[in-house]
Amino acid sequence: MSEAVMQVFRGNREGGSPVEFRVPITPGMVVLDALHHIQGHQAPDLAVRWNCKAGKCGSCSAEVNGRPRLTCKTRMDALPTDQPITVNPMKTFPVIKDLVTDVSWNYEVNKKIPAFKPKAGTDWKMYQEDIDRVQEFRKCIECFLCQDVCHVLRDHDKKEFAGPRFMVRTAALEMHPLDSADRIPLVKKELGIGYCNITKCCTEVCPEEIHITDNAIIPLKERVVDEFYDPIAKLVRKITGAK
Amino acid sequence: MAELQIVGQQGFGATKRRDSWWIEILPVFIVLNSFGAYATFRAFEGKFYEWGPYLSPFYSPLIDAGHTWWKFSPALLILAGPLGFRATCYYYRKAYYRAFFLDPPACAVNDRGGHNYKGETSFPFILQNLHRYFFYLALIFLAFLWYDAVLSFRWDGHFGIGLGSLIMTVNVILLSLYSFSCHSWRHLIGGKLDCFSCSKSTQVRHGGWKAVSALNEKHMLFAWLSLFSVGLTDLYIRLVSCGAITDIKIL
Repeated sequence: MSEAVMQVFRGNREGGSPVEFRVPITPGMVVLDALHHIQGHQAPDLAVRWNCKAGKCGSCSAEVNGRPRLTCKTRMDALPTDQPITVNPMKTFPVIKDLVTDVSWNYEVNKKIPAFKPKAGTDWKMYQEDIDRVQEFRKCIECFLCQDVCHVLRDHDKKEFAGPRFMVRTAALEMHPLDSADRIPLVKKELGIGYCNITKCCTEVCPEEIHITDNAIIPLKERVVDEFYDPIAKLVRKITGAK
Repeated sequence: MAELQIVGQQGFGATKRRDSWWIEILPVFIVLNSFGAYATFRAFEGKFYEWGPYLSPFYSPLIDAGHTWWKFSPALLILAGPLGFRATCYYYRKAYYRAFFLDPPACAVNDRGGHNYKGETSFPFILQNLHRYFFYLALIFLAFLWYDAVLSFRWDGHFGIGLGSLIMTVNVILLSLYSFSCHSWRHLIGGKLDCFSCSKSTQVRHGGWKAVSALNEKHMLFAWLSLFSVGLTDLYIRLVSCGAITDIKIL
């Protein structure tokens, strides 16, 4: 049976370092299996957040060989074993212990976004063509890998920017055919969409393959342009009385 | 936000990635620099831009070729339009923010960091919000380029086909695909609507939005193909015009 050398971060808020473990590779094994093997045989106090092991709960996010990934969806046989496989916590968030990070900032951001507000006298009938866009966004499992890889949060520590996850949530609400709230001023100011320079890393890491940049962020940027930067659109709205 | 720096992840360019991440940005850097250098040379050259029924896309529409009021190269009068469209394009922004500004150089590779980052919230990058105006301008340029392409089949009043005619036609088709796969156009044609089924006009716009969305998925491909085609079309016409090669007359 072949063996992999795993370099797993061990530590807490004060500091830490990679610790090496040897793990036997079995067919179909994923990185989370390897971490469980370490927990079961070598380091029972290794902290790993996980739940479904099926790529749907969004709990086991970490950085495998430097790439933000769900450890339950990263197969060991897809990784080169000639060097140690590194597993680090998400860099953008403060470490609590080992691979577990404090992602509570995201929940604070979420509170800024006004909830779904149906139009008065709503007829609760929707057509599929109207809801297709929103359904893509509803696939989000809140793994926060997009938040982790976003350089605005990761390298610049810009808390003025809500991050890709919350652009997706806002887009889902803004594009909803039965919603009546206008969140575009919020998107520009409190959620700081202007900080995004659309380098698409969020799209690259999304395990649900949501087209975050093309389908959520850029359409929201264009709606911000409609309201704030396009004088002709403003004039047309004024003349026609449109929203 | 992160209070702990993992060993080996501090500093510009630092990463735990194992792959050759710089391979993604190197071709972008080389191609955009090469195109920029060639286009600048051609824009200032001010000659060898037409031959027979052919007109270089760098010089179309041709304004004041006789230098009655503009003594410099006519290309300089029009260059800002196509340049502005590409410079504010959502795809090229990704490409050059990564390859030239290294902000970030690649995903999960440290950029320079620091809290002074402004993104597209302040001058000059706040001007990216004007992309749709450059799209409108691009449509005018496209109309001229289609006109030029049609004229390239007209040889002394008769229909004819030269290799240049085909090159100019392919070029304008690629430029049209690039322009009509634009993110701003996708928004304007229907993306801004919340309800596609609400009226006859929104249903029509939904059809348009779906078509543009399908094109939009290939926007990056069209961006590169059209960049190459513009450069090569100009190069072909230049070489024919200066006598370095002879145009092949097909019909």
